Amino acid sequence: MDMTMIIAMLGAMVAAGTTYLLASLGEIVSEKAGILNLGVEGMMLVGAVTGYIAAVQSHSLLVAALVAMVAGGLMAAIHAVLCITLKANQVVSGLALTIFGTGLSAFVGKDYVGVLTETLFRNVAIPGLSQIPVIGPILFNQTMLVYVSLLLVLAIWFVLEKTSLGLKIRSAGENPAATDAAGVNVFAIQYGCSIFGGVLAGLAGAFLTLAYNNIWMENISAGQGWIAVALVIFARWRPGRALLGSYLFGLVGILGLRLQAVGISIPTQLFNMLPYLLTLLVMIFGTGRPGGRRNDGAPAALSLPYDREAR
Amino acid sequence: MKKFLSVLLSVLFVTALCLTMAGCQSEGNKDFKVGFIYVGPVGDEGFTYMHDLARNAVEEKLGITTYAIENVPESAECAAQIENLVKKGCKLIFTTSFGHMDYTLEMAEKYPDVKFMHFSGYKTADNMGTYMGRMYQTRYLTGIAAGKATQTNKIGYVAAMPIAECIRGINAFTLGVRSVNPEATVNVVWTNTWIDASIEKQAAESLLSSGCDVIAQHQDSTAPVVAAEAVGAFATGYHSSMASKAPNGYLTGPVWDFEKYYTDTITAAMEGKFEGGRYWGGMADGIVKLDTFGPSVTEETKTLIKEKQDLIISGDWDIFNGPIVGQDGTVKVAEGQNMTDDELESFSWFVEGVVGSTESN
Repeated sequence: MDMTMIIAMLGAMVAAGTTYLLASLGEIVSEKAGILNLGVEGMMLVGAVTGYIAAVQSHSLLVAALVAMVAGGLMAAIHAVLCITLKANQVVSGLALTIFGTGLSAFVGKDYVGVLTETLFRNVAIPGLSQIPVIGPILFNQTMLVYVSLLLVLAIWFVLEKTSLGLKIRSAGENPAATDAAGVNVFAIQYGCSIFGGVLAGLAGAFLTLAYNNIWMENISAGQGWIAVALVIFARWRPGRALLGSYLFGLVGILGLRLQAVGISIPTQLFNMLPYLLTLLVMIFGTGRPGGRRNDGAPAALSLPYDREAR
Repeated sequence: MKKFLSVLLSVLFVTALCLTMAGCQSEGNKDFKVGFIYVGPVGDEGFTYMHDLARNAVEEKLGITTYAIENVPESAECAAQIENLVKKGCKLIFTTSFGHMDYTLEMAEKYPDVKFMHFSGYKTADNMGTYMGRMYQTRYLTGIAAGKATQTNKIGYVAAMPIAECIRGINAFTLGVRSVNPEATVNVVWTNTWIDASIEKQAAESLLSSGCDVIAQHQDSTAPVVAAEAVGAFATGYHSSMASKAPNGYLTGPVWDFEKYYTDTITAAMEGKFEGGRYWGGMADGIVKLDTFGPSVTEETKTLIKEKQDLIISGDWDIFNGPIVGQDGTVKVAEGQNMTDDELESFSWFVEGVVGSTESN
């Protein structure tokens, strides 16, 4: 491997990691407010197919991205109604959402398999920045959605950590009863964050079909939504770490193939396993012990339905 | 009232006429029911789509009734779906994925009056046979096109699993490449998946960034072709014509054509002459063929391919006739020797010119 190949590989890593990044940022926001949504894979697929259909029909990338985001948001709204209003088990609801989304996307997309579109997110080199050696071609000659995902990392970090809205979101996930008592509308916060998570999962789906693979096919995400869920734990609910983790997982996904292409054989199964292995390691070594000072970042009330009457 | 009656009577009359005519048209064949079990959706653009294309053509041609069930997993669900087809009255059932094998055998034993044909397996019974195509023949011809097209003399091959079927295809392709371009190498990347667009794309991009300028594939999605076209490289596709995915870079591809096979097999079964056994048809039988050529393929290349195609179809020569040199440089098949079908079905070594390993990755 020479330098150009390594740069090409790192560029591919950023593209491959952006699916994970968009989806895991959404999941972080949802989980920060206390709503665990395991339906990322399903929401991503629905976003992928609706975004693709919208691109084919409208020839507008903006419309396509909006449709994907709305579709992902609607999927998350189902989860929100079930888990926040009806207080259903979040794990069960999320799993159901994934299975439902997988089937729904295949059904809706039946007639769009093999249909091509020219309405795609192409690489846009940012003037100036893309000229920087090494970093330029890796980070600043990508599709618009990659730049959007980078801005989202900053925006979400800022909102969560530096604004009163972020404080409300975090406290809703830590102690909804106290938050409620302080006069914050916990339900509105949870609904909003949950739907926001779906919106980003839908956008991740549109990234898959309109910026990354440039085709629609059944089950195109092939488990990438699950990697995004694992990534949230890996990143310990922090947007900045999600960025690093996404690129790390993206790299792990392509490294085995890249090494094979230059004649180095390492079983690809090993690489397929790595994201989950790394997540397990983080859970083993990063989880706070009771009474200890270390905190893994998991919201205390994550996945616990908040019931006013049960106070 | 009178008017109403006359309308009603004419409607009845027309309906009756239609029914009678429909009855005449089928000439009794409509009662012959044939079932198909597909592993994927018919909208997969590839393997299942090619089966379904043939099914529709045969239904029309023979006037029979066919049933197709999509997305049948390689699990006990397969047996249940076969049972469904038997209850619908199917006398002949095709199962189209390797993993359907044991369930097909189980049902063949349970329903001895029904005939079964299973694609790509090796287990048979009195009323159950297997069928498969010699896709390696068309892969060899595709290799000629690739060997002529490459400028960098590095050709990439995105392959699913290190099993005999894929290894055979890679070897045939490489022999085709080297027959016109002894300098070229075929670089293999295993994906360990039959269908995953993202991984297939990443594998193709890995090969492209390491200097390959032609991408061949033993995969079910169009992602490798799309990836090659995106950087102006050549691609070959698989299963069905993928020409539309790469208007500039598509060379040609190994594709299925099940129509003649299904017509012959179903006709034989209707006449009570079902044979079963093990069918492994090649280009001469029409079950596999070479797709049409892309815009960049020269007349010279087409002539070279035509010559070899005629030889293959005539049966005078086949791809794995010696001498064949292995990846390590030793002669694996001596001059004058030919590999047997058994040897082809247990292929576990690469020919000279392949870069990659047949080991577990």
